[in-house]
Amino acid sequence: MRTASGRRPLSFWLLTAFFVLFVLFLYGPMTAIYILSFQGPTGGLTFPMRGVSLHWFDALFGQQRTGDFAGSLERAILLALVSMAVTLVVSVAAGLAFRQRFKGASAIFYIAIASLVMPGLFVGLGISLVFQVMGVTPRWWLSGLGAHLTWTLPFGLLIMFAVFNRFNRAYEEAAIDLGATRWKTLTAVVLPILAPGLIAVGLFGFTLSYDELARSKLTVGAKNTLPLEIEAMTTSVTTPSLFALGTVTTAVSFLIIGLALGAIVMIQKRRTRRAGEA
Amino acid sequence: MQRLAPYLQVAPLTLILGVFLVVPVTMIVLVSFWSYDEFDIYPDLILDNYQWILTSPVTWSLYLKTLYYALVTWAITLLIGFTISWYLVFHVKNLIWQIGLFLLCTVPFWTSNVIRMISWIPFLGREGIFNQALMGAGLTGEPLEFLLFSDFAVILAYVHLFTLFMIVPIFNSMARIDPTLIEAAVDGGARPWQVVFEVVLPLCKTGIALGSIFVIALVMGDFVVVRTMSGGQSATVASAMMNEIALLQYPTAAAGATILLVVVTLMVAAILRVVDVRRELAG
Repeated sequence: MRTASGRRPLSFWLLTAFFVLFVLFLYGPMTAIYILSFQGPTGGLTFPMRGVSLHWFDALFGQQRTGDFAGSLERAILLALVSMAVTLVVSVAAGLAFRQRFKGASAIFYIAIASLVMPGLFVGLGISLVFQVMGVTPRWWLSGLGAHLTWTLPFGLLIMFAVFNRFNRAYEEAAIDLGATRWKTLTAVVLPILAPGLIAVGLFGFTLSYDELARSKLTVGAKNTLPLEIEAMTTSVTTPSLFALGTVTTAVSFLIIGLALGAIVMIQKRRTRRAGEA
Repeated sequence: MQRLAPYLQVAPLTLILGVFLVVPVTMIVLVSFWSYDEFDIYPDLILDNYQWILTSPVTWSLYLKTLYYALVTWAITLLIGFTISWYLVFHVKNLIWQIGLFLLCTVPFWTSNVIRMISWIPFLGREGIFNQALMGAGLTGEPLEFLLFSDFAVILAYVHLFTLFMIVPIFNSMARIDPTLIEAAVDGGARPWQVVFEVVLPLCKTGIALGSIFVIALVMGDFVVVRTMSGGQSATVASAMMNEIALLQYPTAAAGATILLVVVTLMVAAILRVVDVRRELAG
């Protein structure tokens, strides 16, 4: 919205200021704890910094004062990888199904939406009750995985809806006209075209599972995943090692986000370049 | 074969959601009628659990507190979500910039909520950054006590964690508005506030409805933020339920969960009555 002279109106500058404040509000506190996690050994929970060191990261991996940090990190990453893989396969398959009409489509759609909106605590409580009644011990790779999937799958499904909406079916029909099998068409034509969307589904699958606390609480069983470990620490640990933990887990998240967004940007760039050459 | 294909393709999704969502939620409702002792829970058909909850004065104050948190958080996130979307859609014209700034708002969604929540602790405490800054600037003589472990801290954390659930759907529906509509309104003599309330707001009501459903469900179901950020001084329906679960009073917790589920469903249904969001979701 510019005025006739091309100058930006006052509202633009006010809203820009509001936006900048909001971004500071989003990232400011996070940044503060990343900085604080690099304090010296005598550092406390707040500024000023007392020296700079990796002491608190050492403390995480070293002495067992922080519980089973390494194990819970490993389990969280493994669980996230499995959630990502399952979310990808199941969402793509379901996305393909929803391109046609079939009986029960809208019921399944509403169940997926309910799964998205359902407070995580209910899902966790329900699953733990089912396991208890059936006499099965809850485990992170079984009940935990199932609980996480109720959160990652609806996102996967909605992304696949958006992705298939923009997909030009002419490519698919051309492949079939040229004699490709259904499977060949899917793997050699459809999926490569949808790659950026698939990466997005994977990103949601991994990060939402990796950070999930509410659904994990009652379903992972005896062995904690990282978010639960962190939650337990918030009440007991009063040293910057808590912040170091925050820095490590967020570094993992940022690495995954960076890889996913980088890959999407790269694919899009290559496509525009090829389109330009053609 | 081709006619069977969609059923096979949707089967894994149906199976997983059936086993880990539909059956468990049904189980909660069933167990809410069961009886229990110190050791175990037993199939039964009693209303004691409900009677206990509904006649306890604590329940009503818990609901009052929870609804208070939900309403205040909803109003603030709606205001911020609408304003941020407005800025991104109508003031940032360059598409690359628009996507970039939108991503900047959404990246925290893919990081840990717990970490983002606890990162307020060094900020708000007595010796925290905020108090140091206030006292350094000479604005207050002594540290403000209400910042941490208070309703203020709880709502601040909710707003911090959940605003993006408002931004994404509102941005989505606002981005579909034809800009010429706004020009037409302005040319027709609409005042700026009329453009906001009579043109743009009605056109993004599906986005607002979706965001509202998310924020309300998230706040109503939260048990982590309220415990940590109030320092254990406040409780909501869900956090009280966690205490019952810790005491292994599963049937009582299940009855509490069933009531909460009904309340949340009614709130969502009320929103859906006003706005039909199905078309927005299905694209």
